[in-house]
Amino acid sequence: MIDKTTSSPEEAVAGIFDGATVMIGGFGTAGQPAELIDALITQGAKDLTVVCNNAGNGDLGLAALLKARRVRKIVCSFPRQADSHVFDALYRAGEIELELVPQGNIAARIQAAGAGLGAIFTPTGYGTLLAEGKETREIDGKHYVLEYPIKADFALIKAHRGDRWGNLVYRKAARNFGPIMAMAASVTIAQVSDIVPLGELDPEAIVTPGIFVQRVVAVPGKTALAA
Amino acid sequence: MNKWTRDDMARRVAQDIPEGAYVNLGIGLPTKVANFLPKDREIFLQSENGLLGMGPAPAPGEEDPELVNAGKEPVTLLDGGSFFHHGDSFAMMRGGHLDICVLGAFQVSVRGDLANWHTGAPDSIPAVGGAMDLAIGAKQVFVMTDHVTKQGECKLVEHCTYPLTGVACVSRIYTDLAVIDITPRGLEVIDMVDGLTFKELQDLTPVPLIQASAAAKA
Repeated sequence: MIDKTTSSPEEAVAGIFDGATVMIGGFGTAGQPAELIDALITQGAKDLTVVCNNAGNGDLGLAALLKARRVRKIVCSFPRQADSHVFDALYRAGEIELELVPQGNIAARIQAAGAGLGAIFTPTGYGTLLAEGKETREIDGKHYVLEYPIKADFALIKAHRGDRWGNLVYRKAARNFGPIMAMAASVTIAQVSDIVPLGELDPEAIVTPGIFVQRVVAVPGKTALAA
Repeated sequence: MNKWTRDDMARRVAQDIPEGAYVNLGIGLPTKVANFLPKDREIFLQSENGLLGMGPAPAPGEEDPELVNAGKEPVTLLDGGSFFHHGDSFAMMRGGHLDICVLGAFQVSVRGDLANWHTGAPDSIPAVGGAMDLAIGAKQVFVMTDHVTKQGECKLVEHCTYPLTGVACVSRIYTDLAVIDITPRGLEVIDMVDGLTFKELQDLTPVPLIQASAAAKA
């Protein structure tokens, strides 16, 4: 019997190694897998490269991981926010490396990795600082920048409900990066509000098919960051 | 001469959004446009974090932390609205499916280059978000901005000195003094605040302007 469920967030994040690239879902705190991140802090992996749209909010979740100095480099589109003081201080002190990527290019590069593409030509960023030194090409009269896939060793994502085969459905705008990160990581770990029996998720409505998910853990009720 | 207020500017932009348009409103001033969309038009608001058919702010107490806009403020979803992941959201932009996006600006050049994400100051922390995707993706890019900065510098320039967001991407600029189209003929003024003459507007603007009525005759 295939059972991808694990009994705790701690068990779910086992094996994340020093120096790993870890994708973390969420847009701000919506969809951020706070309990998996807390478990990762306890687990102790360091020297991580994190791929996440933002660089932490307040002092919980991703911000706590940064504060614990486990992250060597972050790949994100929008680090600076009203409540990104943890990142801001580390960045100003030169203690974290930032790769700033336009949001759509992060998404497209993650999708390229998940889909097995070698690279993509994207129009976003052409002629700007963020494309400096990159190969470009004119296709049908339009300019594009060559960008490479972003893949990860692990993805930590949050979904609404899942089953033991790893099928997932999401909740509202907490879906954001979850489905595409699930496809781009060697090991995708999903925290869900509940785990339901096989067949209970409507196959027509499953957003992430279980093939993209290796571990599922239930974190019922209100999580630390969002409903 | 009375400058347009922020609400006036938002109302003016809203008037120009037609029935059926798919629209993304940027963070900050552009978000205000939502408050003035004509009630008799069905307009689809897209939010980069995966919403189409975004509705107004919820009643107090009804906020859902998993239903937010690009500025991470609580919103609602209209009946008929949908959720989708980031890949699809940015395909809507890059793929040319959005009719209009409205963005703020530090500077706009005569050829429609936009600078709105980074001052380039050495001590600033850069953040770009979805601005570059919106700038080059939407069919029409509207910019909302003060005409002149508090330091007295006009936002309309020959060449942007701030780092670019997109090249030749802006279609129209709504300032607190005028509405200006970027056309192959140049910057065409299509509307001005009451009491301002074209010459006065030109004197505040370091790049050549054309009066739309004159342009029409030419």
